[in-house]
Amino acid sequence: MRVAMPVDKKNMDSSICVSFGRTPYYLIYDTNTKKSEFIDNSAATSPGGAGIKAAQILVDKKADIVITPRCGENAANVLISADIKIFKSNGSSIKGNIDAYVSGKLNLLDEIHPGFHRHENGF
Amino acid sequence: MRIAVLSGKGGAGKTLLCVNLAVVAKKSTYIDCDVEEPNGHLFFKPPITKEKEISIKIPEVDKEICNGCRKCVEFCNYNALAYAKDKVIVFDEICHSCGGCMILCPEKAISERDKVIGKIKVGSFEEVMVLTGILNTGEVSGIPIINELLLENRPDKNRTIFIDCPPGSSCSVMESIKDADYCILVAEPTLFGVHNLNMVYELVKLFNKPFGAVLNKCLDVENPAEEFCAENDIKILGRIPFDKELGILNSNAKIAVRESKEYAKQFSSLLDIIFMEARNEAATNT
Repeated sequence: MRVAMPVDKKNMDSSICVSFGRTPYYLIYDTNTKKSEFIDNSAATSPGGAGIKAAQILVDKKADIVITPRCGENAANVLISADIKIFKSNGSSIKGNIDAYVSGKLNLLDEIHPGFHRHENGF
Repeated sequence: MRIAVLSGKGGAGKTLLCVNLAVVAKKSTYIDCDVEEPNGHLFFKPPITKEKEISIKIPEVDKEICNGCRKCVEFCNYNALAYAKDKVIVFDEICHSCGGCMILCPEKAISERDKVIGKIKVGSFEEVMVLTGILNTGEVSGIPIINELLLENRPDKNRTIFIDCPPGSSCSVMESIKDADYCILVAEPTLFGVHNLNMVYELVKLFNKPFGAVLNKCLDVENPAEEFCAENDIKILGRIPFDKELGILNSNAKIAVRESKEYAKQFSSLLDIIFMEARNEAATNT
């Protein structure tokens, strides 16, 4: 399985980034080959539609799973259209989350937050 | 003559000014460009004679013709398109309707469909023609509606057009003032008010529009807005005193110049000054 995670720095000691769409980097970790790849997130500086562009990057990188603390509805739309499952991260450690995922301890992310232009409760 | 009334912050008195000036001007048109929350109509309560839906174009991809080249996805500057599992996904609310993807598609798989984003209502109050723009909740931009509102009303020698602008100094405000002959900046007598006055002051200078200021809610104390105008050589067209009576009328959606002879006189004099200033500016600019 190719697991993608938004991360703050390009190394395995990095913390998981709090933002999915505007994270500086992604880690793509292959649970079979145990290889790691860090990629830049070119969507981070987009004026708009960052989540969409970020999700597209991961779709094109053939991610199977995304582990993230949160995810917006536009990004989720793209990921789900590509049959990518979204898991909620537990804590900010990369290794901790990979281990948790592999041992089936992570939950699916079910609180998808609204996109930038729409607010909850008709606000 | 097209007169736009703007202020950096909401609640400064744009609608108060626009509505009352339009009424004393008699043969006039009032255009509510604050399409996210139009409020002029609350005062006029105009019977509606015409309604028009406003729509924008959103791309639609024919899955049968699309070959997955993704040129549209790479092209879209707004990231409104994505591609997954052999299908292009279109994000309506992100799309800015530029039409580029449709032009670019090598297979001609993209067509346009209409998406209604709001409407325009036309009515009248006495001799005032009242145009209201309404943006549907959740839509991204009111600019297509503002555009249509201003097109609806070409300059007419016999009618003065009063444009009630949205608050702030963003794209919607720029669209509202772009064809104005004269701009009135409404200011509150507070530091925060002055900070916002400065934003619209910068905007009208950038757009090279002749302008003047009206100070609203004036009290018998030091007025930071007055100081700002003095420092920057901004012509003060008039000062509306802070008056509880006026506040009550306004809150009850009453047109002040119709309820009070005193206000009818005040706004009439203000209108005369505005006309004089605006005509002077027009003369010096030609």
